[in-house]
Amino acid sequence: MGAQVKEQDMTPLLQVNGLTKMYGPRIGCKDVSFDLYPGEVMGIVGESGSGKSTLLNAMAGHHAPDRGEVVFDTRADGPVDTLKMSEPERRMLGRTDWAFVHQHARDGLRMSVSAGGNIGERLMAVGGRHYGEIREQAADWLGRVEISDTRIDDRPSAFSGGMQQRLQIARNLVTGPRLVFMDEPTGGLDVSVQARLLDLLRSLVREMGLSAIIVTHDLAVVRLLADRLMVMKDGHVVESGLTDQVLDDPQHAYTQLLVSSVLQV
Amino acid sequence: MIELENVSKSFTLHNQGSAVIPVMERVSLKVSAGECVGLVGASGAGKSTLMRLIYGNYLAASGRVLVGDVDVAQAEPRQIIALRRETLGYVSQFLRVVPRVPALDVVAEPLLAVGTPQDQARDKAASLLAELNIPERLWSLSPTTFSGGEQQRVNIARGFAYDYPALLLDEPTASLDAQNRATVLRLIEGAKARGAAIIGIFHDEAARDQVCDSFVDVSAFSPEVAA
Repeated sequence: MGAQVKEQDMTPLLQVNGLTKMYGPRIGCKDVSFDLYPGEVMGIVGESGSGKSTLLNAMAGHHAPDRGEVVFDTRADGPVDTLKMSEPERRMLGRTDWAFVHQHARDGLRMSVSAGGNIGERLMAVGGRHYGEIREQAADWLGRVEISDTRIDDRPSAFSGGMQQRLQIARNLVTGPRLVFMDEPTGGLDVSVQARLLDLLRSLVREMGLSAIIVTHDLAVVRLLADRLMVMKDGHVVESGLTDQVLDDPQHAYTQLLVSSVLQV
Repeated sequence: MIELENVSKSFTLHNQGSAVIPVMERVSLKVSAGECVGLVGASGAGKSTLMRLIYGNYLAASGRVLVGDVDVAQAEPRQIIALRRETLGYVSQFLRVVPRVPALDVVAEPLLAVGTPQDQARDKAASLLAELNIPERLWSLSPTTFSGGEQQRVNIARGFAYDYPALLLDEPTASLDAQNRATVLRLIEGAKARGAAIIGIFHDEAARDQVCDSFVDVSAFSPEVAA
């Protein structure tokens, strides 16, 4: 059974076990378990209200789940349940090895701070102090996300939606995280801007060897970005597997409905 | 290299009264290194379905689908991802790419995925595109804007960029002119010579006879015959 694959990267980067989040009697997400290995990109799809964003926020520590574990393979101490970490420890993780790309860029950016400042801030949070170096790295990252460095001193409020989203990605990736959570990263953007963003995300994932968890309702996005797919309905994972297999040969009734509902262009 | 044992496949249509449609039964076949096996059978007999089962795109209902030492029917997604990166290539009839990525990078991508340095990967991609007569002025454009025939040749170049030990080829010579057809057949023979195990679907009989060592008639696996 693929012994060579198993030996290469034995330890999952992230192990989620029995994660459950209730809103009173209502289910947010229930008994979600999976392993994510280094370099893997996993998509989570489902309709609005299926619990996919709840799950993402519970994993990322944005709100406390009722049950379960989110075990991350930390650089210093190996696998640690992040839900049992202290608040400062988890915040540090959120600034270093983890990143979170929000659907609305303004939720992930500081709108009153310049573009360069938005990127530099995260570097300073992990101990960057040399102004020249920080500015240089900020300029480098603006280039990587295809924003002209002449805009480095402009505020994000002067940017288009697509540029804001790319700036948010730069701000998140500048510290070289190993795991990126993304909530509808291409939602609300024009298709041409979406294509550009998809291309950017794909090359960054490959170059930096990132693992990512992407929540979206867009099946075309997961087909292009995700290796693996999880389908959610009413807070439960109804199907999971290799992305193209789940989309081309769906086994569960709901996935079949979801796949057959997509408009062909 | 590729070995199928007693594989069956059915589709369950949950939204149409859970109708179960059996499509293949008792599929067994074996392809050794350096061998090319042609799948034959009428349109709709399941040639492409069989290929998708081997690639892990379709889930087998039962049986074993061995590629190297991985059983695709049972493997974890990440094992199949690794298999597709390092061992098993697939040239489908349709090119599916991220919009905006230049043709040269589309072709180089399988090499980059296994860690080939960028300049080396691009050189190989360039030589394949040139060999398949894609004009150089198109290399920096996304293949989404190309004609059907050009897309197909980009797809073939991508499939042959990295030397996969096993290859699945779905109609690689369809709608190619004589010169490009000859190039593709030469690529297939080259792959065989270096020891690749190949399964191909060719409607072009002359091409089929030139590169295939044996044939498997897929209609023998249809459930009606088996019953």
